[in-house]
Amino acid sequence: MVMTKTAMTKTTKHSNIDEGGMGYLQSVPRRVVTVYLPLLVFMIVLLFPFYWMTITAVKPNLEMTDYAQFNPFWVVHPTLEHIRYLLFETSYPGWLLNTIIISTAATFLSLLASVFAAYAIERLRFSGARQVGLAIFLAYLVPPSILFIPLSVMVFNLGLYDTPFALILTYPTFLVPFCTWLLMGYFRSIPFELEECALIDGASRWQILTKIVLPLSVPGLISAGIFAFTLSWNEFIYALTFIQSSENKTVPVGVLTELVRSDVYEWGALMAGALIGSLPVVVLYSFFVEHYVSSMTGAVKE
Amino acid sequence: MAVPSVAAQPRPSIFSRLSESRNALGFGFMLPAAALLLVFLTYPLGLGVWLGFTDARIGRPGIFIGTENYQYLWNDKVFWLSVFNTLLYTISASILKFVLGLWLALILNENLPFKSFFRAIVLLPWVVPTVLSAIAFWWIYDSQFSILSWALQQMGLIDHRINFLGDPTNARASVIAANVWRGIPFVAITLLAGLQTIPQSLYEAATLDGATRWQLFRYVTLPLLTPIIAITMTFSVLFTFTDFQLIYVLTRGGPVNATHLMATLSFQRGISGGQLGEGAAIAVAMIPFLLAAILFSYFGLQRRKWQQGGRD
Repeated sequence: MVMTKTAMTKTTKHSNIDEGGMGYLQSVPRRVVTVYLPLLVFMIVLLFPFYWMTITAVKPNLEMTDYAQFNPFWVVHPTLEHIRYLLFETSYPGWLLNTIIISTAATFLSLLASVFAAYAIERLRFSGARQVGLAIFLAYLVPPSILFIPLSVMVFNLGLYDTPFALILTYPTFLVPFCTWLLMGYFRSIPFELEECALIDGASRWQILTKIVLPLSVPGLISAGIFAFTLSWNEFIYALTFIQSSENKTVPVGVLTELVRSDVYEWGALMAGALIGSLPVVVLYSFFVEHYVSSMTGAVKE
Repeated sequence: MAVPSVAAQPRPSIFSRLSESRNALGFGFMLPAAALLLVFLTYPLGLGVWLGFTDARIGRPGIFIGTENYQYLWNDKVFWLSVFNTLLYTISASILKFVLGLWLALILNENLPFKSFFRAIVLLPWVVPTVLSAIAFWWIYDSQFSILSWALQQMGLIDHRINFLGDPTNARASVIAANVWRGIPFVAITLLAGLQTIPQSLYEAATLDGATRWQLFRYVTLPLLTPIIAITMTFSVLFTFTDFQLIYVLTRGGPVNATHLMATLSFQRGISGGQLGEGAAIAVAMIPFLLAAILFSYFGLQRRKWQQGGRD
């Protein structure tokens, strides 16, 4: 343990020295052209739609359509009218609540199933564990776009059509493979010796899982959890297909199908809906950036 | 394994023997995940293949009609147009995502101030729900009040408004641009993670040997990054090929089916049109392409032997 610790500090120190790398070989003007300028362009392009979304959401309709008198990039008299309309005159709050309930339930269900599956594949090593692990990975590659038609038939026959359960039970089809795959990587990093000690002390597998493995893999659980939550929050095709009535819709489906009327587009309300619908995942993301990055790269690295 | 002294003890109960057997315990632990996936993933996959051979409609469980759906699609111009669109969309968007994503990753790998802040911003388009950011793009592409048209007009680059989503060529370019915008973060961040595993000492050694910046990239970065590029691009291609949301929001397949992808056509025929069998057949027709993409990346770009110290 001590050995690895010193080795680790050594490497981090080393990489700190490396960090500057060979940057000093480049002149400042050259760095501006090759690094800072492209970075600036990338940032502007990546952020502009959000800026545009925000500015439209607080813009009065008059300014929104009169580009001759008002510069479209700015807002002269910001208004909360669109947001008020959205929250008090549409079913938007209900969609938000539905999305929260469905995402939370689907995430917990998937995490629960995934923890057991990942532990069994990675640590119990039952016969055929490798093949099951591979099957889980292949399941991750099956896209919802080829499953939604047969699933809609099933959902209808099971009597789940137009209920939240249709989504809570189908979202795990893409959440469980992802979470299992991610947690397998985390469990792999926990030393076998810890489990062996516990086994010798007479712990059951259940105790090992709940008292040793899970506490040690809390970062992995958080990564998998927030990622799964985001994926279910963003899901669209199942929610569009399996939900019919307005009060059961989720935010992405509700905004698109209920706020868009055939003749007049309420751009202000639409943008406000898009903005408020994005905020929860963005806030979650801003708190757990590192977890997001690790789960995204972790799923690809293996 | 049995030790004689153990036999002298009373036999352990069935329950405790089960809880010590790896296979029984493994089966029990796998049960929730396996049940969910078998019922809601494997079974529908099979059901989808079966539906493709029936004339099922919404509210009517269809009978077996052999390959009639596929024969119909074979002679259907709209279907072939959607195949062409899907390939065009996937190939051009993937190439753009790869080039721009790799470029962004290389920039972020430089020694920058506020590096983690930039990295956090880069991922933002990927975190926000696609449908909601697509609605923002819809407004950006609006035929009358498009901010892009306005800005270009102010700069004097164009003299009339661009019809972004109304003209077939423009519409294709517009949806590809929106898809690239959303896909760059994933490629950039995963490739950045790969770049960070390449030891600096290799670059130093190559520089001492007189390598130019292009040679550093071509002969050090690219070969060491190949495995992670292969996996990242496989995922990217899969998600682009099966894309649905962006098209559904921006164009619904129009104008004159110029942006219909196989997924959106499958939805239009299967759910909106009620022809479940035909929709399922279109979805099944996507599977060979997906398998080809997976196999291509697996065999074509997998970790080469020489990268692990062996001979090629």
